[in-house]
Amino acid sequence: MSLSGAWYLGLAAIVFTIGAIGLMVRRNVLIMFMCIELMLNAANLTFVTFARMLHDIGGQAVVFFVLVVAAAEVVVGLGIVVTNFRRRATTVADDLDSLKG
Amino acid sequence: MVNVGYLMLLLPLAGFLFLVAFGRRIGDPVAGWVGTVAVGGAFVVACIVLAGLIHLPADHRVVVHNYFTWFSSGGLSVPVGTLVDPLSMTMCMFVTGVSALIHLYSIGYMKGDRDYSKFFIYLNLFVFSMLLLVLGDNLLLTFVGWEGVGVCSYWLVAFWFQRESAASAGKKAFIYNRIGDAGFLLAIFLIFEKTGTLQYESGPGGGIFGQLSHLGGGTATAAVLLLFLAATGKSAQIPLFNWLPDAMEGPTPVSALIHAATMVTAGVYLLCRMNPLLHLTTPGMEVIASIGAVTAFVAATIACAQQDIKKVLAFSTVSQIGYMVLAVGTGAYIAAIFLMVMHAFFKGLLFLGAGSVIHGLEDEQDLKRMGALRRYMKWTTVTFTIGFLAIAGIPPLSGFWAKGDVLDNVFAHYKVLWVIGLVTAVLTAYYMSRLEVLAFGGEPRFDKPGPHGEPALHAPHESPWVMRLPLVVLAFFAFFGGVLDLPWVHTHNLESWLTPVFSGTLYNDNLSATSEWALALTDIAVALIGVIVAVWLWRGAEVDKPALEPAFLQRVWYWDDFYDTIIGRPGQRLATFFAWVVDARVIDGAVNGSAHLAKVTGTAARKLQTGYARNYALGIAIGMALIIAFMLSRTWWG
Repeated sequence: MSLSGAWYLGLAAIVFTIGAIGLMVRRNVLIMFMCIELMLNAANLTFVTFARMLHDIGGQAVVFFVLVVAAAEVVVGLGIVVTNFRRRATTVADDLDSLKG
Repeated sequence: MVNVGYLMLLLPLAGFLFLVAFGRRIGDPVAGWVGTVAVGGAFVVACIVLAGLIHLPADHRVVVHNYFTWFSSGGLSVPVGTLVDPLSMTMCMFVTGVSALIHLYSIGYMKGDRDYSKFFIYLNLFVFSMLLLVLGDNLLLTFVGWEGVGVCSYWLVAFWFQRESAASAGKKAFIYNRIGDAGFLLAIFLIFEKTGTLQYESGPGGGIFGQLSHLGGGTATAAVLLLFLAATGKSAQIPLFNWLPDAMEGPTPVSALIHAATMVTAGVYLLCRMNPLLHLTTPGMEVIASIGAVTAFVAATIACAQQDIKKVLAFSTVSQIGYMVLAVGTGAYIAAIFLMVMHAFFKGLLFLGAGSVIHGLEDEQDLKRMGALRRYMKWTTVTFTIGFLAIAGIPPLSGFWAKGDVLDNVFAHYKVLWVIGLVTAVLTAYYMSRLEVLAFGGEPRFDKPGPHGEPALHAPHESPWVMRLPLVVLAFFAFFGGVLDLPWVHTHNLESWLTPVFSGTLYNDNLSATSEWALALTDIAVALIGVIVAVWLWRGAEVDKPALEPAFLQRVWYWDDFYDTIIGRPGQRLATFFAWVVDARVIDGAVNGSAHLAKVTGTAARKLQTGYARNYALGIAIGMALIIAFMLSRTWWG
């Protein structure tokens, strides 16, 4: 049997919410990165679901772009995190507040 | 020969440019000689042009040369051109002649001054501007010259600007002249509006004088009064006369050249040049005549009570120009020009004589500290006395003929003004005799300490030959100048020479021979009365006579105080108000207020910038939620 599209969408919504809340409440930069990945993949899941529901391959194509962008983002982001850790010996996001007004 | 008129302009201009470039390098006295040669050359050119003009038939003596177009815009086209006619050449002759002599004199007078070459730069520029004023063939070119002489006058009055009084006298001269210049500009606008041209008598439609029929009586009166306002500024007439006495702060050659002989007669020249316009308006002429007579009288009374030798001569100049303006207002233009030329000779002479006295007496200008100079300065005494007799109106010197000519015409036209003129003649003889007696007569007073504890002065010495030569030449003309226009000669004189310029507008007194004799005898009588009274009053050793020098006259009829009260102080209060209320509160308030507003807003807004990534994430989340809510609401209820 196959599940209806609503289930997938519901799952995507739950994953996205977990990611969003995690981004806001967690202080560790690495965890925050993982949360971002959760949100991106939730978005990917919706794209794929809609592609299947609407019989439009475009949605699945977009997922590849998102994956590439996410990979690039992780490379740059982790680079920043590592560099920052070397300079300040911390991965706590709240310590990085030098842009405070 | 009349075609080389432009050289008259170019020579002083070349002298000016040369001295600007090299003046400081060649220094004292070569710079002075360069300036003198440039102006002397202009005089030679003027003689050549004059000879050429005399050879033309009388009714062809108007030679206009347009060299290039200055600018043209719409209906207005302003050429740069010269107008050579008997009037402008008469002016050119005495302007260049007297200027050359005074340049020569300045070589000696300015010796050792630290700005020696600068002095001659200004003088040459002045001569150029004056000639441009005289020779320009349109109102705008005349105006350029008019402004040029004004700015040179300012520079030269304030030449010793380290002295506070000289600096402020320069400013005063400039500001008074600006008021008159505003009138000149308005007159130019008005005339252009009505006639469509600015050229005097050449160009399309015969210039301004060919288009006069487009001017109504009221417009003509307005234009004439505006031009007269300009003339009162430049020629120091009431109500703008009090800058001239202060202008005596300048070096004495400047007083002689600019503030006695040439520049101050520019107003009279302008009115004479515009004679066809003046002819259209009787009320305007009456105003001009009245102002002239009143100025002559008021200035003469003030001259009676001045202690400074140059101040006496300055008020005397105002008074004499008053006579010229009176003559212009009567329509007796030739009498005005005659007096102007004679005045250039004898007043130039008197100022240079006074300069010689001041030079010989360690820069002392107080008449009360002179006396008996006849024993020390023979050349100066003799030449100065000739000037004094000329201005006092003693026959057969030049002043007698010139002043007599003016008074005869005024007698035939306005009896009341003639009486004022006659009283002024008495006063003229009086104050000049007083000056002569105090400076050259009596016993020496310079060898005693001054009234305010100044040390006694050394015995005066006679001036060098470069200063004496101009005195002698000017004395010659002050003595014999009258032959230019003797009343019983009617051909080959100044009158027949100038008549074509004033054809149809000249007032003719038509006096009988008997009346002319009677008037001449009256003139001699009043001159003698003035001289005798002055000599009788001032011959003694006592020179402090407060009864004869009331404060009212010493303070110039309180004229300066009057202006100070009605214009100066309210103006100052207004300026203070604008400085400390409008500027400090309103304008600065607006500027500082907007800066303050930006600061307050920024202080409040910076709290949003926490630096915590999670806060920004929350912001994004809320924003997204709102956008989604909005879109959903559009879908469900749109």
